[in-house]
Amino acid sequence: MANADCIVLQGGNMAEAHPVGFQWVSEAKARGARVIHVDPRFTRTGAIADRHIAIRAGSDVVLLGALINHVLSNDLWFKEYVLAYTNAATLVSEDFRDTEELGGLFSGFDPATGQYDLQSWAYAEAGGDGGVGSPSGQAGEHGSSKSDRAAGDEHGSGGPSLEHAEVLRDETLQDPRTVFQVLKRHYARYTPQMVQELCGISEDDFTYLADSITQNSGRDRTTVFGYATGWTQHTLGAQFIRSAAILQLLLGNVGRPGSGIMALRGHASIQGSTDIPTLFNLLPGYLPMPKVGVHDSFEDYLEGIASKRQKGYWTHADAYTISLLKAWWGEHATADNDWCFDYLPRLSGPHGTYQTTVGMLADEVEGYFVLGQNPAVGSANGRQQRLAMSHLKWLVVRDLSLIESATWWKEGPEIDSGELRTEDIDTEVFFMPAATHVEKAGSFTQTQRLLQWRHKALAPPGEAQSELDFFFKLGQRIRAKLADSTDERDRPLLELTWDYPVDGHGDPDPEAVLAEINGRFVSGPDAGKPLSFYGQMATDGSTAGGCWIYTGVYADGVNQAARRVPGGGPSPSQHEWGWAWPADRRILYNRASADPDGKPWSERKKYIWWDEDQGKWVGDDVPDFPEDRAPGARPDPNIGGPEALAGDDPFIMQADGKGWLYAPKGLVDGPLPTHYEPWESPVANSLYPQQQSPTRVVFAREDNLGAPSAGTRGDEVYPYVFTTYRLTEHHTAGGMSRWLPYLSELQPEMFCEISPALAAERGLENNGWATIISPRAAIEAKVLVTDRVKTLTINGRAVHQVGLPYHWGVGTHAVVSGDAANDLVGVALDPNTQIQESKAGSCDIVAGRRPRGQALLDLVADYQRRAGATVDTDNVPRVTDPEAETVTPRPDGEVSGEDGFSRW
Amino acid sequence: MGQLSGPTDPTADAHWHTHEERKGFFTDTSICIGCKACEVACKEWNHNPRDGDLDLTGMSYDNTVSLGASTWRHVAFVEQDRARIEEARESGRVLVSLGMPQVRSERDVTTSVTDLSGGDLSGVDTTPPDTPEFRWLMASDVCKHCTHAGCLDVCPTGALFRTEFGTVVVQDDVCNGCGTCVAGCPFGVVERRSDGTAAPTTREGQKKGEQPPIPNKGVAQKCTLCYDRLVDGQTPACAKTCPTTSIKFGDHEDLVTEAKARVAQLHAQGMTEARLYGANELDGVGGTGSVFLLLDEPEVYGLPPDPRVCTADLMTMYKRAAMAAAGMVAAAAVAFLGRGGRGA
Repeated sequence: MANADCIVLQGGNMAEAHPVGFQWVSEAKARGARVIHVDPRFTRTGAIADRHIAIRAGSDVVLLGALINHVLSNDLWFKEYVLAYTNAATLVSEDFRDTEELGGLFSGFDPATGQYDLQSWAYAEAGGDGGVGSPSGQAGEHGSSKSDRAAGDEHGSGGPSLEHAEVLRDETLQDPRTVFQVLKRHYARYTPQMVQELCGISEDDFTYLADSITQNSGRDRTTVFGYATGWTQHTLGAQFIRSAAILQLLLGNVGRPGSGIMALRGHASIQGSTDIPTLFNLLPGYLPMPKVGVHDSFEDYLEGIASKRQKGYWTHADAYTISLLKAWWGEHATADNDWCFDYLPRLSGPHGTYQTTVGMLADEVEGYFVLGQNPAVGSANGRQQRLAMSHLKWLVVRDLSLIESATWWKEGPEIDSGELRTEDIDTEVFFMPAATHVEKAGSFTQTQRLLQWRHKALAPPGEAQSELDFFFKLGQRIRAKLADSTDERDRPLLELTWDYPVDGHGDPDPEAVLAEINGRFVSGPDAGKPLSFYGQMATDGSTAGGCWIYTGVYADGVNQAARRVPGGGPSPSQHEWGWAWPADRRILYNRASADPDGKPWSERKKYIWWDEDQGKWVGDDVPDFPEDRAPGARPDPNIGGPEALAGDDPFIMQADGKGWLYAPKGLVDGPLPTHYEPWESPVANSLYPQQQSPTRVVFAREDNLGAPSAGTRGDEVYPYVFTTYRLTEHHTAGGMSRWLPYLSELQPEMFCEISPALAAERGLENNGWATIISPRAAIEAKVLVTDRVKTLTINGRAVHQVGLPYHWGVGTHAVVSGDAANDLVGVALDPNTQIQESKAGSCDIVAGRRPRGQALLDLVADYQRRAGATVDTDNVPRVTDPEAETVTPRPDGEVSGEDGFSRW
Repeated sequence: MGQLSGPTDPTADAHWHTHEERKGFFTDTSICIGCKACEVACKEWNHNPRDGDLDLTGMSYDNTVSLGASTWRHVAFVEQDRARIEEARESGRVLVSLGMPQVRSERDVTTSVTDLSGGDLSGVDTTPPDTPEFRWLMASDVCKHCTHAGCLDVCPTGALFRTEFGTVVVQDDVCNGCGTCVAGCPFGVVERRSDGTAAPTTREGQKKGEQPPIPNKGVAQKCTLCYDRLVDGQTPACAKTCPTTSIKFGDHEDLVTEAKARVAQLHAQGMTEARLYGANELDGVGGTGSVFLLLDEPEVYGLPPDPRVCTADLMTMYKRAAMAAAGMVAAAAVAFLGRGGRGA
C-alpha cells in the first residue's frame, strides 16, 4: 500500500480498526498518494483522507458498478493488460442470460431451492454448444449444494476448476458473447445518476472518485483498494469484493506494486485462521472439506478441486492433499486406503455458526467450545445465540476473562427479561483461562499473507494455557480414553500423529508444529529433511505437509517467520522480515507487473521482469510464475498443469491463467456483481424489480423476524438504516478491551451516532439516551449527535442512518458494559460464504432508556405487530415480482420455513 | 536574555556537567488518526491509573478530557464545519508572509504560534484544496518541557528539576504537594494526583472498574518525557507506539527544523491553516521542548495562544522593585536631609 498512488478505503475503516497497518497508508500519503474514504460515516479514516464520500450502507455495488461502467464507456481501461491478462476476450456460453434480460435474475434460477443451476454461466465450449463444464467428478454441482458448503471460501488461494483450459477467445472483443461485451451490457445502467439515487453520492463526488482512480492507474501509476467487514458482512458480500476485482483488473491494478484489493483483517491472525482454517468448510490451504454426495470417493474429491486438463498449480491438488493426509495420519495413510481420505468427516449440509445455533435451539447440539470469540455479544441476533446456549448440555469457554458468553446464564439480558431463569438452565459451563499473545509463542499471519513469529515473553499465570497446549492435552486425554477401543469410528483419532516434543513444563513446542505444517520428506534420500517449496510435494506418499501454501516457512530447518531484519532489508519487497505464503512471494501474481513481453510496465512500477540472458524471471521479489517460462511461450493448453501456462498467463492459480472479469464458476449468486438491496431495507431497488439477492440464505423463524422492506406493508415502522462497526479503543466483542481500565476509560459507554437531522426528527439530545428497536431486539445507547453522520437523499427522500459500535455486552465482570448492538442484527447470510449481514439493517430510534423486564419484550413485540412482521417477511416470496422477472419454471408453491431451520 | 526568559540552553543553565542534546517531541497533528495509543502506552509505561468515572462525555471521541495528573498524553477531538475551516485557513494565511514584504522580521515575533517556515510562497501555487464540508481534528497534547519552565522555577522544594536532556521532571519522593507548580504552569499541564478513584456509580446494572492502589497520591504529576527510558537510550513510550509517526521524538533542534519543513510543505499544498506551536524561542516561555504542528488556532485545541512563564518578567519586576526601593531610600534620605536641615 505504501507504493500506491491512490488508495480507496471502502467497506472498512482502516485508521480506526487497523491503525497499525495504517502506517503504510500514512507513508503513501506522505509520498503524495491520494486517499479516499467511502463510508456511511465520516470516521477517523475520513479525517485524514483527501476526501470522505458518504454512502448508504449496503449500496456499494451500485457505486463500483458505475465506476466499471465509467471506465468501459470512456475507454479508460488498460488495454494491453486487460487483453493479455484477463478473460475479457473469452466467449461465454450461448445459454447465459444476464440480469438485464431477466429482470434482475441470471439464467438458471431454481425457485425450488432458491439457488442457481450454474451451468449456463460457463465459458463457451470450442466444439459447438454448451459450456466448458466442471471436471467430471463434480459435473454441474448445483448452487444449493455449493452454498451449503460455503464453497466460495475455497478460493482463498486460487480459482475454481474448469474441465479444461481450451477456451474460445475473440481478441477484437467485438463478439457480443465476449466477457468484455457482456460486462458492458451488464453495467450500462449503473450511472452516476443511479449512484446519486441509490448511494446518496453527488455527481461531483463520483467524478472526483472516478478521476482519482483512473488518473492513478496505468503503466506509471497504481491504485489500491482496502476493505474489511463493511464489504463482507452483506447478503451479497462476496459480490462487493468481486466488483472491486473487476475494476482493478480493468485498470491493470493487480500483481503490481501499490495495487490490488487488500482484505484488511480484523484480528492478529484472521488470515491465518482461514489458511489453516477454523472454518467448517475448509481444510488447510483452502482444500475443501468433503461433502456427502459430492466427494464420496477420493477421485471425486480431487477432480472437484481441479481437472488435470486445466492450467496452473491447482492441478497438483492431489500432492497437496496426500501430503496433508500423510501429515495427519503418518504411516497409517497409504495408497491402499486412499491415504485415509475416509477418516475425514463429511459435510451433510451447512454447518456454519448460525445453522449450529439453530441446531442448539432444536436440541440437536449437545456441547459447544467457545474459543477466541464471544457469541453472546459478537454474533448476529445475540438473543438467539444466548437462548441457544441455554439448550446445551455443556459449554466450554476459553478466554482471558469471564466474558458474557460465560455468564449469560446468571446475568444475561434474558435473565432480566424473565425469559430465562438461572435455576432452569441445565447447561454445565466450564471456564478455562487462556494465555494471552505474549504468554505463548506462535505465528500471526496478517493480511499480506505474511507470517510473523511471536516469541513467548513470559509464562501464563495460574492455570492459563495456550490453545496449542490445551488442545494437545485434550487430544492426549481423549486418545487415552479411547486407547482400548476397537470401534472403527475411533481409528481416525487413535491413528492421528500426536507426538509433539514438549519443553520442561510439558508444553508442546510450537516450532515443531510449524515444521509439521511446512512439511518434510518422509522417505527417499532426503527423508526427514524439511520441504522448501510446495512443488516438492509428491503423490506417492513420500512427503508430508500440513498446509501446502505454507511450505517453505521452515525451509532448511530454520523458522523463516522469525526473520526480523530491520526494515526487512534493502530490497523493496522487504524480504528479510517474516515469511509470506506462497513461497515467500510478497506480491501475488507479480508476473503481471511486467508487460506481455516481460518488460516492466514502467520504470516507476518496475518489480519483476524477464531477463533474456539468464532465461528467467528476475526482480525485487520471488517470481509468482514458473521461473523459466518465457513471455512468448505458448504451450498446448491441453497438457494441463503449470506446464500449460502460457508466458502471458500471470494468474497461475486460475484454471485458464487469466484474471476473471466474469466468473463462469466460483460464485453461486451470479457471475457478475449485481446490486440488490440488503435483506431488510427501507429503500426500493431502483435497478431491478428484484429487491433482495434471490439466493440470500435466510432463517425464517419467529426469533429472527425481518423488517418489512420498502414498498411492503409496515415499511414505515422501522424507517432507519443501521450499521455496526468497531472503534479503535475496543476489540470486537470486548473480551480483550472492556476488561482493561486503560482502554475502557477511552470509550466507556455504548453509544449511537446520528445526524443532527435525525436528532431533530426524533427529539434526541447529545449525550442523552436513546432506544433503538429492530424486529429482533431493543437496546439502549448514549447519543452522539454529529455531522460525521450525514442524512442522505435516496430516491428523492431523506434516509437517516444510525451508527452502532458493537463492543459492549451485558454483564458485571467487565470494567464497562452496555447493551449489545448485535442483538439488533438479523441473521441473513451470503450464500457464497455463509457470512451474516451485520452492516445494514432496519430500525427505529426513540429518545430515552429502554424498558426493563417483560416491558422490553412487549416493546419489541408491539413493533413487530405494528409492522406486521411474520416469518415470511423478507423471506417469501423469494423472487420479488415474478411477473417482472423471468424464471423458469414459475416459482409457484413457495413455502415458508416451518419450525426450525429452513435452508433458505 | 538568559536563565529567566528568551533563547537559551536550559541544560547549560542548569549547570549539567555532562552534555546531551536537548530532547523533545514534534507532534504533527495533520497525520494523527486519533487512535489514542499514545495515551495508553504512556499509562502502561508510567503505571498511571485510569482517570475519570467511566462516563461518556458526549464530546466527540474525547473521554479523557484534558491532560492531568494521570493522563500525560491526551488526544483532543474537534469537529468543525466549513465556515470554521475557512476561518482557520484565513488565520493561518495571516501568519504566512505569502511573499509580501515583511512588516517585522521573524526575530521580532514573540508569539507561540508561528509560521516559521521561512517561506516565501510567492513562487508556488497556494490555491487551497477544495474546502471540505467538514473536518475532524485530532491532536495529541503533552507537557511542553518549556525552555523556561514555570513549574520548575516556582517549585519551593526542588522536586522539579531540569534533566540533562533539557526536560523537566518531578521527583515524586521530594514533592510535598504544595501545588505551587500547578499555578506556575502556563499550559495547565501539572496537576496534583487525587486519590484517583471515581465516585461509586449508582447506575443500575453497571459496575465500574476497580483499580489497584494509586501511587503518588497528593503529589504533582506530569509527563517526564520518559526520563527513565531516555537514560537507557530508548524512545519515549508514546512516540514509540505512534503508528503514523504523528509523534516524533528526537533532538529538539532537528525536530524544529523538520517541523518548519513540514509546515512549508503543507503551505505549498495550499493548507495555509498549518502553523507551528512552541517552535519560537522568542515566545513567552523561550520556546517549548514539545513542538506542535496545528491546523487551527491553539485555542481550538485547548492550548493558550500566548503562554508566558511567570518568571519571564522577573528581571523587570526586580528592576522596578529595585527602582522603587531606591526611590524609597532616596525619599527617606531626602526626608532625613530635610529634617537635618530643619534641625540645623
